[in-house]
Amino acid sequence: MKVHVDMNLCQSHGECAFAAPEVFQLGDDDVLVWKEEVGAELRDQVQAAADACPMMAIRLED
Amino acid sequence: MKPMVIVGASLAGLRAAQAIRSGGYEGDLVVVGEEQRPPYTRPPLSKELLAGDHDVARCEFDHSRLEATWRLGERAMQLDLGTREIELQSGERLPFSRVVLATGCRARTWSGVGAGLEGLFTLRTIDDALALKETLVPGARIAVVGAGFVGCEVAATATKLGCTVTMVDIAERTITPLGPMIGDRCRELHAGHGVELHLGVGVRGFVGDGRLAAIELDDGARIEADVAVVALGAIPNTDWLDGSGLSFERGGVLCDSTLTAVGDHDVLCAGDVASWPHPLAGGTVVRVEHWTNAAEQGAAAGRNALVEPDQRASYEAVPYFWTDQYDVKLQAVGFPALATEYQLLEEEPGRFVAVGSRDGNAVAAVAWNAPRRLTIYRRALDEQPPIDTIRTQMAADPKALGATIEASA
Repeated sequence: MKVHVDMNLCQSHGECAFAAPEVFQLGDDDVLVWKEEVGAELRDQVQAAADACPMMAIRLED
Repeated sequence: MKPMVIVGASLAGLRAAQAIRSGGYEGDLVVVGEEQRPPYTRPPLSKELLAGDHDVARCEFDHSRLEATWRLGERAMQLDLGTREIELQSGERLPFSRVVLATGCRARTWSGVGAGLEGLFTLRTIDDALALKETLVPGARIAVVGAGFVGCEVAATATKLGCTVTMVDIAERTITPLGPMIGDRCRELHAGHGVELHLGVGVRGFVGDGRLAAIELDDGARIEADVAVVALGAIPNTDWLDGSGLSFERGGVLCDSTLTAVGDHDVLCAGDVASWPHPLAGGTVVRVEHWTNAAEQGAAAGRNALVEPDQRASYEAVPYFWTDQYDVKLQAVGFPALATEYQLLEEEPGRFVAVGSRDGNAVAAVAWNAPRRLTIYRRALDEQPPIDTIRTQMAADPKALGATIEASA
């Protein structure tokens, strides 16, 4: 499963880092870092992160 | 089989509909919305859309893949729990098996002196934003009445567009729900960008000959203005539920912890109109008017609508919200308005984090240009710890901003 984040949209709200801490993190510079390839067991977490993103910047791809 | 109905076609209603479909419901699903427009996101309305950085299409949600009957431009007038029907403005009666109420809020308007003058605006919908946008030309004199989230964001956007901005509030500070310390910093931020502030003074009325000329304040001041933006908060759209038999608290429909309306388990609520007990608020009933709450609560209400009452999950997400003003991102988690005291726990030039507490327990954290740090506080806040515990934790955190401030106990 691939995780896409549109960094032109991301404003570092950190909602995803809260919803799916294993996948998303804000770095020390407040810029988002994330795993681009994750296992299916994290689908619900990543979906929750995508739903919580105020900028709607996160997209999942199987 | 009667359809499942969602009343309200904004964020909470959309997310409820999506959750109902992704939860496997294959029956009829109807979404009723008062506005003609498809669902859209509101935060850009006072910022990017108003500034012209985003267009309308970029605010709209993609709802094309959601299998539902969209009844847009239709206002719900009455909920009849006896016959299990919703009466629409057209007179049509829409039967439902279960219903999610997500009718949101409308802007509070000015009803005092000068209410009918041309040049008064409120900001709640895309059409409101587009109308206001036309007036925000360089040199225009904009008076913002109400220094809350919307007022402050409009003031910042109008300033950026070259307008001359005055902001008035009867409160002594800007964004009062975030406490006095943040309120003072926010006032300094606006003053530093040239906004003229009149705080602690009420509006006597708007004056002009058909068209707005000035605002008169209770202290006798007169502010010449081309445009006034009335940003006096929002009113939950629950009038149509009067007489339905549902209960109300804090301006919203009283629900249990699973977002099920008290008194009828086929009625669920989400977003601005839902009042429900929250553990971080000590189990007291809260109502939250923010984006993330609408999004997450909509989904939660949709999931719960698919199962029987005893299988429904409690909704306990800690509220998160933010505001962008000039170059500042101000973010908050928890219930800042419940805090009786704020402590600054870490700071660097231009950035800080403060924690709000009530009876010694942390109930909120507010970050000023410090997104990563806020995620740490948010995790800490989940446990509703004593503020002393958070202070000790952050004092030991090598990544805390600057030299951690030793707060006096």
